[in-house]
Amino acid sequence: MDAFLDQVLAGLATGGIYASLALALVMIYRATHLVNFAQGEMAMFSTYIAWTLIEAGVAYWQAFFLTVAIAFALGVLIERVIVRPVEQAPVLSVVVVFIGLLVIFNSLAGWIYTYTIKVFPSPFPEEPVRVGIHSFSAHQIGAVGVTLVVLAILYAFFRYTSVGLAMRAAAQNPDSSRLVGIRVAWMLALGWGLAAAIGAIAGMMVAPTVYLDPNMMAGILLYAFAAALVGGIDSPGGAVLGGFLVGVLENLLGAYVIVNEIKLSVALVLIIGVLVVRPSGLFGKIHVTRV
Amino acid sequence: MAALLEVSNLRAAYGSTRVLHGIEFVLEESSITALLGANGAGKTTTLRALCSMVQTSGEIRFDGRRIDGNATEDIVRLGIAHVPDGRGTFVSLSTEENLRLGAYLRKDKRAVKQDFERIYSYFPRLKERRYQQAGTLSGGEQQMLAVSRALMLRPRLLLLDEPSFGLAPLVVREIFDIMRAINQSQKVSILLVEQNAAIALDLADHAYVIETGRVVLSGRADAIKQNDAVRRSYLGY
Amino acid sequence: MTPASPETAPSSVPRKPRVIALASLLLIACALPFVVNNYHTFQLTLVLVYAIALLGLNILTGYTGQISLGHGAFFAIGAYVAAILMDKFGLPYWLTLPVAGIVCLAAGFFFGLPALRLEGLHLALATFALGVSMPQLLKYPRLENWTHSTQGIVIIKPDPPFGLPINQDQWLYFFTLAVALAMFVFGWNLLRGRVGRSLIAIRDQPIAAEAMGVHNALYKSLAFGVSAMYTGIAGALGAIAVQFVAPDSFTIFLSITLFVGIVIGGLASISGAVYGAIFIQFVPNIADQISRAAPWAIYGVFLIGFIYLMPVGVAGAIDITWVRIRRWRKRGRIAI
Repeated sequence: MDAFLDQVLAGLATGGIYASLALALVMIYRATHLVNFAQGEMAMFSTYIAWTLIEAGVAYWQAFFLTVAIAFALGVLIERVIVRPVEQAPVLSVVVVFIGLLVIFNSLAGWIYTYTIKVFPSPFPEEPVRVGIHSFSAHQIGAVGVTLVVLAILYAFFRYTSVGLAMRAAAQNPDSSRLVGIRVAWMLALGWGLAAAIGAIAGMMVAPTVYLDPNMMAGILLYAFAAALVGGIDSPGGAVLGGFLVGVLENLLGAYVIVNEIKLSVALVLIIGVLVVRPSGLFGKIHVTRV
Repeated sequence: MAALLEVSNLRAAYGSTRVLHGIEFVLEESSITALLGANGAGKTTTLRALCSMVQTSGEIRFDGRRIDGNATEDIVRLGIAHVPDGRGTFVSLSTEENLRLGAYLRKDKRAVKQDFERIYSYFPRLKERRYQQAGTLSGGEQQMLAVSRALMLRPRLLLLDEPSFGLAPLVVREIFDIMRAINQSQKVSILLVEQNAAIALDLADHAYVIETGRVVLSGRADAIKQNDAVRRSYLGY
Repeated sequence: MTPASPETAPSSVPRKPRVIALASLLLIACALPFVVNNYHTFQLTLVLVYAIALLGLNILTGYTGQISLGHGAFFAIGAYVAAILMDKFGLPYWLTLPVAGIVCLAAGFFFGLPALRLEGLHLALATFALGVSMPQLLKYPRLENWTHSTQGIVIIKPDPPFGLPINQDQWLYFFTLAVALAMFVFGWNLLRGRVGRSLIAIRDQPIAAEAMGVHNALYKSLAFGVSAMYTGIAGALGAIAVQFVAPDSFTIFLSITLFVGIVIGGLASISGAVYGAIFIQFVPNIADQISRAAPWAIYGVFLIGFIYLMPVGVAGAIDITWVRIRRWRKRGRIAI
């Protein structure tokens, strides 16, 4: 029983990371109805930027927020310059651009920073936290905490601010949004900026555990996709819930049903399963496509 | 009184299909002007052209300045509120959120709050359903919501596209009464597109009849209403 | 920037020069292994392997419009089938090809069935997931006896038959060339005829196609199957040429490489498969010398660049150039 609980709690910890990246994916999906395949690599690249700042002597939290700001700007820039021209183009063109971005970010990181892994610091204390007979790294708990804080901020942003409302409106109904004066184009760019910022946070939370390396996000991206789909690709709360669910599921299945080595296939099965059986996930809205 | 809106030689096309072939009309400030005509005559397209929602050529002057070619979002900023056909409700958002969006451009929070109160006094049913998802409102309520959203802008010019469509006569009367009240008390100019010529002529001061993309008749609303021959041949009743 | 479809128009290259061009290309292809060294011959063999794989992917993405970011998985399945059959069961190399083909036909068909309901981005996502998880699946401990997990399987290069006076690399090249020709001819017939038109109809106007009696579901799954079969056979050939299979040779980056190949070469184009194959075989070789990251940076830049500037790919650009040349020549004639 204790071992089971251990697995669940460890799953929640990794789930927190999946949840953050899934949030970023949902952010872009809500704004543009597009799935950003390059999200993981953008997050990884942002983490490298943070690393550079820290190496240069900047204090952790200052580097953290500076990186978030830079990532935000990068996201806006990419949307306006590279993605905008293909937003209305056929799906294939969009996928090509996203894969292109994925590959460019990956190789840019490899070229600038080489492929040797780097240590990335954690802002949380070293000593493990003990709950009864279980012990967890403070970082794992901290990472989950950060995810929940980000989620809360996002929720408040979308619910209570006028820009948040405008973004939701622009995503749902661009024509009507223009009729109330919303600059729809900028709302999309904002969505990308937010997603990039959230991705950067996810990257900085995962790097201390898995070490910083250009290929660090590939597997995590898959789990994040699964999480976003399970929760509902247009539901931020669902994405977070999905993240935790996927994390726990991955751990439990890995420990008890299948072998650890093929845990990634859990993500594969989840993705296909959700897409085929219930594409809107647990909390998403069902989209009806007009014939 | 200077004309608030002057449209000359307005042409519009959807892709390669030409719909408007040189529309001309003026709208005086504080007046209610109706654009009438049969289905497919080009009335809705005219309104959409005013908001740059279709490809156009020709001249559109608002307050003396040309606005043809401006982006929709900028035209809205000049004080033109468009209630599109189909209402354009944000169906997944709540009634109140729809109204908040109507006030998106406004900075004066206290006045916005007053406007909320005013709207709810015009349409108590919206107040009852303020937290309800807008898509679940009835047709009449959604029309009220659409008009209210436009009013939250405190527009100078209100464009109404077929507000009576699919609504029960009582509901239509309710909405039109409020339109009249707003026009008289706040001097909001209204450009009304309607298939139902009878009720439109009841409300409007001036009217233009559009047929296959051209204006074929214009005049004072009451004159057209009383002229049996004109009514019968152009408006079919 | 719509990836266009040059295949629906009658080929802009006039018939006689086309036949001459193809024949001379074939002649050059046969002469090459005797002119270049063994390593280059091996590289050319790989170009042919990729060309077959790309034709497979093109059948799916170019003609049917279904996006696959996971075709590396079918390449891997074909490769492993060949390797296991040769290593564990001592099957002769040429026999592994049809087996790999059938296995992948089935795999593709069955993957295509649930994937039927998915469109565009969702299908891209599902196939992406397949591509990412493939290496792990190949390392599945229960299959260790056959796959040797991370260590991989070593294959012995086949000898030329009937005591022909050529070396192993040259024989492998001609064998691959023969298979490639056969598969290209088969594919050409398939796509130029009724099947091809049905696939294009499904891609461009699925509802109309269904209304006209094209069984969308069946065709789409079949397209997946055939596409996987092509890529699987390519994988088998690749395994034989490289003489080694290991899980980490078949990561998501292989799938992305194949995807790059058809975008550069030209979607919905048979000749595009060859251009793309040349690109993905030689660019990394050259770029690797600049830096380890360089090939991928080039892929990325080319992907985005091509979709903006040359969405029809190299094949399409050549087609358009031919049209312009013909028009220019015609104009010349009339002026006289």
